[in-house]
Amino acid sequence: MIERGTSTAPVDPPAGTPAKPVTTGTTRRKSVGFLGSSNGRKAVMAVTGAVLVLFLVGHMTGNLKAFFGAASFNEYANFLRTMGEPLLPYRVALTLVEVVLGACIVLHMWSAVSLARRAGKARPVKYAAKRKSQAGGYAVHTMRYGGVVILLFVIYHLLDLTFGTVNPAGWDGTPYERLVAGFAPERWWVTLFYAVAVVMVGLHLRHGLWSAFQTLGLASGRSYRPLKGAAAAISAVLVLGFLVVPVAVMSGVIK
Amino acid sequence: MNLTLKVWRQNGPQDKGRMVTYRVEDVSPDMSFLEMLDVLNERLILEGDDPIAFDHDCREGICGMCGMVINGVAHGEQVATTTCQLHMRHFEDNAVITIEPWRAAPFPVVKDLVVDRSAFDRIIQAGGFISVPAGSAPDAHSVPVKKVDADAAFDAATCIGCGACVAACPNGSASLFTAAKITHLSLLPQGQPERDSRAKAMVEQMDAEGFGGCTNTGECTAVCPKGIPLDTIAQMNRDYLRSSK
Ligand code: HEM
Ligand code: SF4
Ligand code: FES
Repeated sequence: MIERGTSTAPVDPPAGTPAKPVTTGTTRRKSVGFLGSSNGRKAVMAVTGAVLVLFLVGHMTGNLKAFFGAASFNEYANFLRTMGEPLLPYRVALTLVEVVLGACIVLHMWSAVSLARRAGKARPVKYAAKRKSQAGGYAVHTMRYGGVVILLFVIYHLLDLTFGTVNPAGWDGTPYERLVAGFAPERWWVTLFYAVAVVMVGLHLRHGLWSAFQTLGLASGRSYRPLKGAAAAISAVLVLGFLVVPVAVMSGVIK
Repeated sequence: MNLTLKVWRQNGPQDKGRMVTYRVEDVSPDMSFLEMLDVLNERLILEGDDPIAFDHDCREGICGMCGMVINGVAHGEQVATTTCQLHMRHFEDNAVITIEPWRAAPFPVVKDLVVDRSAFDRIIQAGGFISVPAGSAPDAHSVPVKKVDADAAFDAATCIGCGACVAACPNGSASLFTAAKITHLSLLPQGQPERDSRAKAMVEQMDAEGFGGCTNTGECTAVCPKGIPLDTIAQMNRDYLRSSK
């Protein structure tokens, strides 16, 4: 604590004000720890987000196998389940990957939700004048509701193509059959939902990719332009790569 | 020029507060925004009304006391300008201008447009200092500093602690302010001994005061009268992660 001269105004809040500082006068600071701090939680968000991005890149590339026919696509799907054999039993490596991805989604959401709540508490009284964005970002303002759309989509997507619960070809079909049945033209609303979610992922990563570098302290003055450029390019590739398969099924290119 | 002002009036910390509309006539375009409020306040006093309370001191853009959200933008829409340096020529005749205090839980309203920014002081107290041997002044250049580092540290040090970054941030985060203070010291050799403990203590104090976290929206830099760059926040994140290893 710094010694203050008598001419310095007191820095304690005036009596009756709602601010509740942890350090005032001689009280000791309560340590909030890494995971309690907003910076720590944001780092969790960045790292788990990065893992999910790596997954998306792999997932998108795998999807494109659909253009090489049913055999190629099913063989790839089978490879995912037999990955690591004979060292690991059937589906063990895949299950491990799924557990890691699931944990990442849970941690990512925990961080997003808890920080959104803190942000809400930090501005209890809203501005009367509509606050104009001075920085002109668009994607950044879609992160929270976009994330919810992505989550809802992921749940539907798993029920549709992984478990086959809501898929016409069902659990007994091959992965390729589920793909073709799931995005069949008469089920256009599935493709629509899929497209909206994929665009949301694109916006999420348009901001999230460079933001993660900033959060992890890896950005600096000169790197913003290339980082934002790369974020836009990677997001665009992912959106196109994910959209082309269902569109091909819808239009009969893949059947 | 003639103006209609919608001003936040609040008698004290416990008062609920409300927007009140005023008409101000014969405003000179050469007046500063605060001078325009002075004119209105003189009239309010003559009429036996309570003048609008607002913070100000230097009126030349260097002390960081003034600050209000004008038409939804902290310090008004003029870029890199404090409210005291904002001139009425940037407004149109007969404009309707909304004036509100900084809105953040850690900045409670004291009266009208005056908020208590001592949360910033406590963030600085937590770690915004260096330990130096007391005694006679050291020789100049006894500790060499690279020109680029000196420049960047100086840029960060120009933060006047006005709080516009908090007011503009959709998350009510004090990251730009805290990052400016951390960067200013951590780029210089004199700031190295406490570098890790400083980042940790200041970030924790920022949280403890009730500021929100950063989502890299960039709204803070856009309104900052001193143009503190966003990469100070990357520096803060870097130092904080380093200190948590
Ligand atoms: C489950 C639903 C999801 C929610 C609620 C969610 C929410 C958020 C929020 C609120 C942010 C912070 C925004 C900001 O910094 O401005 C964020 C950042 C991020 N998200 Fe998500 N997200 C979700 C899913 C995903 C997925 C599936 C991925 C990967 C493909 C992902 C990748 C990222 C990345 C890389 C960041 C940047 C981290 C940072 O700014 O440091 N998110 N997310
Ligand atoms: S960073 Fe800029 S906006 Fe924030 S307190 Fe410092 S001078 Fe004001
Ligand atoms: S009154 Fe000092 S900066 Fe405006």
